Amino acid sequence: MTWIMWAVGALFAIGAALALYRVVVGPSILDRMIASDVLLTALILVVCTEMVLNNHTRSIPLTVVLAATAVFGTIAVARYVSRQDSRTGSTDRAAAADVALHRYEVQESLTDAISLGQTDEAAAEEEQR
Amino acid sequence: MTLDDWLDLAAGIALLLGAGLSLTAGLGVIRFPDALSRLHAATKPQILGLIFVVLAVALDSRSWATLLALVPVVVFQMLTAPISAHMVGRAGYRTGNFRADTLVSDDLDAAVARASRYSGEDDS
Repeated sequence: MTWIMWAVGALFAIGAALALYRVVVGPSILDRMIASDVLLTALILVVCTEMVLNNHTRSIPLTVVLAATAVFGTIAVARYVSRQDSRTGSTDRAAAADVALHRYEVQESLTDAISLGQTDEAAAEEEQR
Repeated sequence: MTLDDWLDLAAGIALLLGAGLSLTAGLGVIRFPDALSRLHAATKPQILGLIFVVLAVALDSRSWATLLALVPVVVFQMLTAPISAHMVGRAGYRTGNFRADTLVSDDLDAAVARASRYSGEDDS
């Protein structure tokens, strides 16, 4: 049984070290947040492994809280990442995509408003947005 | 071997599988070329690895109460992991954090091109 614990520990350690490498090196902030997600999930798994190793279940509330809140950092960064953070791919195309998709959405809502028979004031107000 | 020994062995195997999935996530995050494919690798231990390790804890403690207390862990992870994956994928596409030459098909490309053409006619 103890050799299983050594093997499990080695696998977790190597996986966490590889994710840590990506956190340090990763060319963009999104790479770093993805790798830190891997690290946090590995942390949850290691806490559960320690419960198996020492035959107790006292850390279950810790794992519940970690599982529920570990993604908040990634969501916050992904929400506010901007075009300046990208160092791979084409930023011009991304900028055009953003503007084009926003205008497309405005046009769609405008045509919807006209087809629904709304007044001209409402249509002009939608176009302003 | 008694039932206790079989259950201990099953818990150990489940732990090994969960740790192996965690290792594959680390490997994938290192080896894949861009952010969107790394996202694909990073979500693997989040759910299947968690299920295996939770199974190991339940097998080791051998009580239904523990299994019931571990179900919220899996449920919370299942609820939150797709949210973060969706937002990272969206942010990764919009900031161009992917390599277009490794893509097989870009489904959003047609919509972006149509939208650019649409707004181009709007300007002229």
